Parts: sequence; structure tokens; C-alpha cells
Amino acid sequence: MIVPYSHVLILAGLLFLLGAVCALARRNLIMILIGVEVMLNAAGLALIGASLKWRQLEGQIFVIFIMAVAAAEVAVGLALIVYSQRRTGTLNADRYNLLKG
Amino acid sequence: MTFYAAIFYLLGLVTVAATVMAITRTNLVHAVVYLVVSFFGTALLFYLLGAPFVAILEVIIYAGAIMVLFLFIIMMLRPEEPREKGRAALRQWLPALVLAGITLAGMILLIAAASGSAAPLAAAMASPLEFGRALYERHWFAVEVASFLLFVALVGALYLGRREAGAEMTPPKEQP
Repeated sequence: MIVPYSHVLILAGLLFLLGAVCALARRNLIMILIGVEVMLNAAGLALIGASLKWRQLEGQIFVIFIMAVAAAEVAVGLALIVYSQRRTGTLNADRYNLLKG
Repeated sequence: MTFYAAIFYLLGLVTVAATVMAITRTNLVHAVVYLVVSFFGTALLFYLLGAPFVAILEVIIYAGAIMVLFLFIIMMLRPEEPREKGRAALRQWLPALVLAGITLAGMILLIAAASGSAAPLAAAMASPLEFGRALYERHWFAVEVASFLLFVALVGALYLGRREAGAEMTPPKEQP
């Protein structure tokens, strides 16, 4: 017997919130992207737990697609970060204030 | 508490601690290395929860490919981290932490109130063979869509990362 599913959900929620705090509070574009990665990973943990609880393989299959989406998101996100670093010379999200009056 | 439960709580503690260390580092390389530890912990949790193949993929894709890509970009760009101390750092972190605390409290209340979630999970294991059969027999179209998504991401990354022909390398402009 492993732990109850509610404990898995609480752990996944804790990891998700840590990722959300990282994406909200950090000002570096790379750290914001890392926060999104942590959030996707936490969602995968909840799905794996659900897959075990209901004895359906669909949860694990969905985690594979989450990984594919995360890889695509990181590739495009890091390319965008390199592009904006070339355009503006900074990675600080607070510096992107060109439209500020 | 059974043996499996003890391992679960230990791994959960390691994962959460490594993630907390990762999101609070000012040095980006340190953050990425802590995140690798966090992903290893998650991979072991996946194994414990009956998904050995997904655990291996977690190590290969997340801890391997994605984090190495992050390290490569960090070392290529060498970004300077804005140093904020005292009031400014507090003003930045406080709203996020308050929102996260409220969300966590609501989530724990909701999970505790849900019926039937207190029964412990029985240990089970999905072999890679069953997993592959389920994936390719029932969800082959989604696999095709995911591969197309990866192709589009590749094209997008190449398009964004190219340099215009004849454009000279200009030093980055300093913003006020």
C-alpha cells in the first residue's frame, strides 16, 4: 500500500504553486520559463497518481504528451529569449517597458 | 506507515526542497542544477506510482534534454541577474506568496473534503509493453499530432534563431 491519492495531489499542488510563484515573482525571463516547466511537471505527477488510482493507462499516456508539449515550449521559448536578448540586450522582464507613457 | 509510504514522503520532501532552492537562487546555473535534482526526485516518484517507463522518460527528456538546453542558453547569453534587496524584493515576492498560500489552503480544504480520496493506493506497475500497446493502439493519432507539434516547434526555433544575411553583429544597446 502506498499513500492516499490526496497526499499525491497535495504534493503535486505544492510543486505547481512553487512553479507559479517562480513565474510570478522572478524577473528573469529564463526563470519564468523554468517556473512554467515546474508547473507542467507537477501536473504530470497528479496525472500519474490518478492513473494508479483508477488503473487506467490514459494518465501515463497523457504525461507523454505533456512532455512533448514541454519540449516544444522550451525550444520556442528559449529561441524567443535569445531573439529578445539580441533585440534589447537584456533579459529583465521589467525592462520591457517600451510602451510605457 | 509502510515502506512505500516512507519512501514517498522522503522523495516528496527532497523534491519540494530542491524546487524551493531552485526558484530562489540568483545564479541561474545553480537553479538549473537544483532543478535537475527535483526532476530526479519526480522521476523516482513516478516509478513508485507505477510508471517506470515514464520515469525513464522524465530523466531523459526533462533532466537530460530540457535542462541541458537551459544550461546551454544560460552559458551562451550570460545574463546578469538584477540584484534586489529588502523592500524591492519583498514587494516582488509578497503578492505571489500570498496568492500561493491562499490557493494552497483552498486546495487542501477541497482535497480533504473530497470523499474516497483517503483510501491508500495499491501498488501496481505498468510494463513498457502494455504502455506502448495502449499508446499506439488507442492514441496513435495523438502521437502523430505531437510529432507534428515538435516539427513546428523546430521550424519556429530555427526561424527565430537565424541571423539576417549581411547583418553585422552589433553590441547590445544599453537601456536606461
